[in-house]
Amino acid sequence: MSEKSTMTLLSACTKGGMATVCKINATGPLKQRLVSFGLMRGVDLVMMECSPTKSTFEVKVGTLNIALRKEEAALIEVCNVR
Amino acid sequence: MSAKQITIALVGQPNVGKSMLINSISGARLHVGNFTGVTVEKTQVSFEIDGYDFKIIDLPGTYAFTDYSIEERVTHEFLINEPYDIIINVLDSTNMEKNLQLTAELMTMSKKMVLALNMSDEADKEGIVINAGYLSQLLGIPCVSVSAVAKSGLDELIQSVIEVINEPVQEQKLIFSEAVEEEIGLIENYLNRHRFTAAISNRNIAINLLQKETKTYRVLHDNPLWIELQPILIEADHHVLLHHDTDDMKEAFAEEYRAFNRGILAETVKTNITAQSKKTLTEKIDSVLIHPFFGIPIFLFFMWGLFQLTFEIGSIPMDLINVFFGWLGETVGATIGNEEIRSLIVDGVISGVGAVILFVPNIVILFVGIALLESTGYMSRVAFLLDGFFHKFGLHGQSFIPLVSGFGCSIPAYMSARILKNDRDRLLTLFVIGFMSCGARLPVYVLFTGAFFGPAMAGNILFGIYILGAIIGLIAAKVLKMTAFKGADEPFVMEMPKYRLPSLKLIWHTVLTKTMMYLKKAGTFIAAASLLVWFLSTYPKNTELATSFATKIEAATSEIQVKQLENKLAEEQLSASFLGQIGHTIEPLFIPLGFDWKMAVALQTGLAAKEVVVSTMSVLYSLGSDANEQSNSLVNAIHDHIPFPSAVAFIVVIMTYLPCLAASVVFTREAGGIKYFGYLFTFTTIVAYSLAFIAYHFTLWIG
Repeated sequence: MSEKSTMTLLSACTKGGMATVCKINATGPLKQRLVSFGLMRGVDLVMMECSPTKSTFEVKVGTLNIALRKEEAALIEVCNVR
Repeated sequence: MSAKQITIALVGQPNVGKSMLINSISGARLHVGNFTGVTVEKTQVSFEIDGYDFKIIDLPGTYAFTDYSIEERVTHEFLINEPYDIIINVLDSTNMEKNLQLTAELMTMSKKMVLALNMSDEADKEGIVINAGYLSQLLGIPCVSVSAVAKSGLDELIQSVIEVINEPVQEQKLIFSEAVEEEIGLIENYLNRHRFTAAISNRNIAINLLQKETKTYRVLHDNPLWIELQPILIEADHHVLLHHDTDDMKEAFAEEYRAFNRGILAETVKTNITAQSKKTLTEKIDSVLIHPFFGIPIFLFFMWGLFQLTFEIGSIPMDLINVFFGWLGETVGATIGNEEIRSLIVDGVISGVGAVILFVPNIVILFVGIALLESTGYMSRVAFLLDGFFHKFGLHGQSFIPLVSGFGCSIPAYMSARILKNDRDRLLTLFVIGFMSCGARLPVYVLFTGAFFGPAMAGNILFGIYILGAIIGLIAAKVLKMTAFKGADEPFVMEMPKYRLPSLKLIWHTVLTKTMMYLKKAGTFIAAASLLVWFLSTYPKNTELATSFATKIEAATSEIQVKQLENKLAEEQLSASFLGQIGHTIEPLFIPLGFDWKMAVALQTGLAAKEVVVSTMSVLYSLGSDANEQSNSLVNAIHDHIPFPSAVAFIVVIMTYLPCLAASVVFTREAGGIKYFGYLFTFTTIVAYSLAFIAYHFTLWIG
C-alpha cells in the first residue's frame, strides 16, 4: 500500500469517489462496529451520498451501504482516491 | 414415541429476514410467547414436526459478538449462558461476505449449527449463484438455500436440523493465516501435552484464548496449567498483533475471518456480472428519497400522512370505546346496589380499564406505520436525513419518530423509542418526549386559550403552545446532553439496508405482539394506578357533609338549585378527600406561581390523565363534571376566577410537567428501572416550576 502518497480522511471525500481504507483511528466498541460492517484496512469503498451540509455520509463497502456522521468519517483514513 | 424436544437459537445479522423465516417455518402452528428483557424481547415459537417438539428462540439481530447495543448484549449473553441444542444461523444470500463474518464467530463456539441461506429468490434475481453443497463441505456445516418469502427450502432446513441434532458436534473448519495457525498450534499442543480435556476441543480453546473470550479464560485461570500457559499466551498475543500490525485483537480476527470468508466465497459463489453492474433498484429509490434537497420534504409528507391517519382513523374507534365504557359503567352500575362498591367498580375499575383500552387504536395505527417504515428500510434513510439537524441538540436522527409520535400520545412515543439502538440516545430521547404536547393536553389548552383570547387569536396561540413545547424539548435535550448525558457523542454508524416490500403477515404479527404487550403489562399498572387516584379522590368519605347536603337537596325547589348543590357537594368532598388534603398542604408551594389549591389539585389529577384536568376544574369551580372544554360556563368561570398571569403559568406547567400515569409507567418500563422515573420526576418538576415561575412573573411585569 502506498500510504504516504495520497492519504486523506473519508470525511473529505466527494460524492461518487472511490477509495481504499488504509487506517481506522477509532477504538473500542466503535472500532468493532466499523469492523463488523466490513470497514477495515484494505477494503474498497464508494462514496454514495452526502447531506448538503456534509454532516452525514453514505458509503458503500462491498454490497453494504453504511451511513456515518462526519465525526466518524474523520476517523477513517483512505488512500488511493479515484 | 415420546416427542424429542429441540431448542433452536435463531441467530443472524439485522435485516436478513429472521423474523420472516420464523413466521414461514412455524406457519399456522405459531405459538408466540415473549420472555422479558429490559426493552428487547426474545420471541419464542414452538411447534411440532415429525415427532419432534421444536422450540425456536428468535434472538435479536447482531452484527458481531460485541456489546455495542442492547440487542447484541442480549444475543451474546444468551448464546454463552443459556441452554439450547442447535444454532440456525440465518444469512442474506445477497450479502454473504458480511454475513459470514458473524458465522465465523459462531463457529468458534463449538455448537451444533445449520446455515440458512435466506433470500435465495432475491439472489437469483441479482444473478448470484451459491453452491450450497460445496459451501457445506468447506465449512463443515450444513448450508440450506431457503426463501422465507417464497417459502422454499424450509423442509430441507428442518430436515438438516434433525440430522445435525442426531450427530455429534462437528469440528469447525476455520482456517487462519499461517502466523495465527502457528500460535493456535502452540497453545493447542501445550494443552494436549498436559492432557487437558473439556467439552470443546483444545483447538477451539486455543482460538477462544487468543480472542480473549472471558468464559474460557475464567475456566483456565482456575487450573494449575495457567502458570505455564500464561507466558505462552502473552507471546502468542504479541505475535498475532504484530502480524496484523494492530493493537486490537478483534480487528486482527476480523481480518482473519474476512480472508477466510473471501477464500470460501471465491470457491462457492458465482455472480452474473451483467445483472450486477446496472444500478440497483435500491440505489434508484435512494437517489430520490435521500436526495439532498427533496429528501426531507418527501419525508415530512409521509409523516404528515401518518399523523392524519392516526388522528382521523384513530378517533373513530376511540369515540366508540369511550361510548362503550360509558355505557358499560352505567349498565353495570345500575345492577349494583351498594354505593361504595358501585363507585369502586364504575369509577375505579371500569373507567381505569377504559383509559387503558382508549389508547389502543392510536398505538396500533402508529405501530403499523412504524413497522412499515422499519420493514421497508426507509427508517434508516430518515435517520440519515435528519441526523445533521438533531445532532446539534445532542439527539439522534432516529429520535425524530418518537418525538413526533409524542404529539399524538406519549405512550406509543415511549415505546417507539426502541428504534434507537443505543442506550444513551434512547434515554435522552425518552426524557424529552414529554415536552411534545400530547393530544390529551389539547382540551386544557383549548379551554385556557378560549378563556383569554378571541376565537381569531386562540388558534395561533394554540399553535404557538405546540411549537414552544417542541423548542423547550430541543433545548432541554441540549441541556441534558451537556449535563447528565455529558461525554463523548455516541457514534452514528448505521447500515442502510436494501429496500424491501413489507410483508403484511409480519407487520400484523409485530403489531399484534406489541399491542398485547402493552395491554398485558402497562394495562395492569395503569388500571391499578387509576384505582389509586380514584381512591385518593373519593376517600375519606365525609358522611356528615353528604347527609347535610342531602337534606338541603331535598329542600331545594328548582332543578338548577339541585344541580348547584350537587356540584357544591362534589367540590367540598373533593376538598376533604386525600387528594384535596394534599392540595391544601402543597398550596404554599404553588403560591409563587400564582396557583390556588384548586389549580394545584387539577394539576395532580392531571397526573392520572391530562384530559382529567378539565373535568377536575369543572368540578372544583362547581359546574358539574359533565362540562367540557367547549362549555361556555367553564370558560367564563376560568376567565373570572383565574388571573391571566396564573393561567399562563398553569399552561406552562401543563406543557412541561410529568406525563400522565399511564405514560409514566411505560416510560419507566422503557427506560429500564424505577430510578429513571425518579430522574424524570425531578427533571420535569424543576423545568416546569422554574419556567412557570418565570412565565408568571414576566406576565405580571408586562401585564
